[in-house]
Amino acid sequence: MFEQTDPNQIQLNSEGQLKHYLTTEGLSREILTEILDTADSFVDMGEQQVKKVPLLRGKTVVNLFFESSTRTLSTFELAAKRLSADVLNLNISTSSTSKGETLKDTLMTLEAMHSDMFVVRHSDSGAAHFIAEHVTPKVAVINAGDGRHAHPTQAMLDMLTIRRHKGDFAPLTVAIVGDILHSRVARSQIHALRTLGAAEIRVIAPQTLLPRHIEALGVRVFTNMEQGLKDVDVVMMLRLQKERMNSALLPSESEFYKLYGLSPDKLALAKPDAVVMHPGPINRGVEIASSVADGPQSLILDQVTNGIAVRMAVMSMSMSGQATEKQKLAAANGE
Amino acid sequence: MNIKISGGRVIDPANNVDQVCDLYVSGGKIAALGSAPEGFEAEQQIDASGQIVCPGFIDLCAHVREPGFTIKGSIATETQAAVAGGVTMLVTPPTTKPVVDTTAVAELIQERCEDLGKAKVLPMGALTKGLEGQMLAPMHALASSGCIAFTNAREPVANSLILMRCLEYAATHDLLVQFQPQDAALTAGGHMHEDTTSTRLGLNGIPEAAETIEVARCLTLVEQTGVRAHFGQLSCERSVRMVMEARERGLNVSADVAIHHLLLTDENVNGFNSAFHLIPPLRSQLDRAGLRQALIADGIQALCSDHQPHEAAAKDAPFAATEPGMIGLETLLPLSLMLVDQGLMEMPQLLEKLTSGPAQILGLDAGTLTEGSAADICIFDPEESWTLTEEDTHSKGKNTPFMGYELKGRVKHTLIDGQPVFSL
Repeated sequence: MFEQTDPNQIQLNSEGQLKHYLTTEGLSREILTEILDTADSFVDMGEQQVKKVPLLRGKTVVNLFFESSTRTLSTFELAAKRLSADVLNLNISTSSTSKGETLKDTLMTLEAMHSDMFVVRHSDSGAAHFIAEHVTPKVAVINAGDGRHAHPTQAMLDMLTIRRHKGDFAPLTVAIVGDILHSRVARSQIHALRTLGAAEIRVIAPQTLLPRHIEALGVRVFTNMEQGLKDVDVVMMLRLQKERMNSALLPSESEFYKLYGLSPDKLALAKPDAVVMHPGPINRGVEIASSVADGPQSLILDQVTNGIAVRMAVMSMSMSGQATEKQKLAAANGE
Repeated sequence: MNIKISGGRVIDPANNVDQVCDLYVSGGKIAALGSAPEGFEAEQQIDASGQIVCPGFIDLCAHVREPGFTIKGSIATETQAAVAGGVTMLVTPPTTKPVVDTTAVAELIQERCEDLGKAKVLPMGALTKGLEGQMLAPMHALASSGCIAFTNAREPVANSLILMRCLEYAATHDLLVQFQPQDAALTAGGHMHEDTTSTRLGLNGIPEAAETIEVARCLTLVEQTGVRAHFGQLSCERSVRMVMEARERGLNVSADVAIHHLLLTDENVNGFNSAFHLIPPLRSQLDRAGLRQALIADGIQALCSDHQPHEAAAKDAPFAATEPGMIGLETLLPLSLMLVDQGLMEMPQLLEKLTSGPAQILGLDAGTLTEGSAADICIFDPEESWTLTEEDTHSKGKNTPFMGYELKGRVKHTLIDGQPVFSL
């Protein structure tokens, strides 16, 4: 009796354009490619003298971070400013929620201030969906990370980085290594890579860091890193949070590094032209060797540059999708 | 008062009755079936033609939230919801505030129910003081004050020695113990069944083992102590099978499931709809199929609503931040009728799980239309389609995924002790 509609369709307006950006899951290859193409044009713009375009002029973007973050927050701020928006950064993790205000009240208050876009990071999986569906459907919602569920801008900046170095996704074998269990990044990468047509996606981790039935997402599972890295084109490392050592998931950092850390020896098992990526911040000597992180195959700093461009792309696309929806609604009401 | 209920299809599973006939009620009791007793003059007639007349439903788990959580529900609202759903007797867990670990609380609940005169409410007493899993609750005194069974609900009794002592003490006084089995560590932080959907959604999973481990531990101690035990709201096929095997070995154990576990699965959580946030969580399709098999094989003796009303705000947040549970008293019948509609079982078989089945578990002479027994009666139209709306819902909570959906089968009259307490 509950017809299974794709819940991720709430990201799209009636024309099939992006109006929120919540997850890479369920988005078509055309939309993902449009994000990459749009972002590509912004990457080049970053190198020019004047780095601004007026796409979001007069719009108010609120960065709502219920979990602390420096890197993601600052790239979102820069992206919004380069689109000429007015930007408000709110670090809510320590303010209103501790006074008992609910997430819904916080959002509705900000909506009443005529905000046009919310960039939301929250520790609960599904928080961005909740806001877009039940709280402020008319404000463009960009998911900057929700629990373990999704981190779609990180995934698409990774896709952009891969495309700029490898061109086509079709022949690529990609390995995602490390704490898959807790990683919203891994989930969003897997959906994006599948839709963009990567030949093979592998995840490499001990069983304690693999979520149940991860293979159902369309990946090959390896618990042995040497086997998993064999002949791959792209190695995507994940950050290992230090507190995992206290929860009986791993015996020690040194054992993790020995088995799953990306050392030059292990990297040598991948294709000679394989590239290495990491969403940052890096734990040197825990998940990756310094010589690899700083080495010629590393694209870690490219990822940061591309991150601003991808965020500009999804912000401008979602704002435009919301505007189209509103115009259609206004026209319908006028008739 | 003398009441004649005429022309209905009378189904009384306990007595193998399934026939169209009249039913006579007098002095709060069932007076006769078929032809009127000598000198019977009806003061009221209920036309039940085209409808089913059966014993009122007995719900083995419905939270009424009072005392302590009246923002979510009260005895007044929830017993009204019960009779609107044809439920004439309900068992309520001790998880009130204060918990039911003193005779005062047990008596307060029952007195309030008697004053209201709606559904009969049978409180379960706490197994340990404060449900803290440390000291025995005064079970004998609580039983004398009307507690029908004893449970620690979903609060852990981590220490197996203490649990064994509880069961020994209950066995001493021939008291029924109810388990809502869940391992605390394997459940902690989890919000849905651990499987493909939890992996996709990034929600923390509750593995099947969270239930089966505790079922195994409880069964072992039940066998050792010989206590009468009931397993409530099981969600996994494997745990039901364990209880079935124990029963076949001769243990005095029984099991119920909440009706929604026979209809929904973890895949319904797709989309983060907090209405599907339940404890125990909705399980896999295989579990659902297994529970349905167990139901027809009599491995499950009762269906319950596991009614848990909440205020709107409790469900209005991201999935993991919401409170688990859904209301169910007013949908128990139409949801259960889906099992008949889907061809899983016949109407009398289904009604047994809602009437004499739960009565037997509780050791009560109830849930039947036997002459001389209390006239707790439900009259429903099995064919009427209706839409569940917030306005028409009597429970204080409106939290159910079925809100707004069209359901089939509607309660028309409910009688308690021969008094009409609900009519549509």
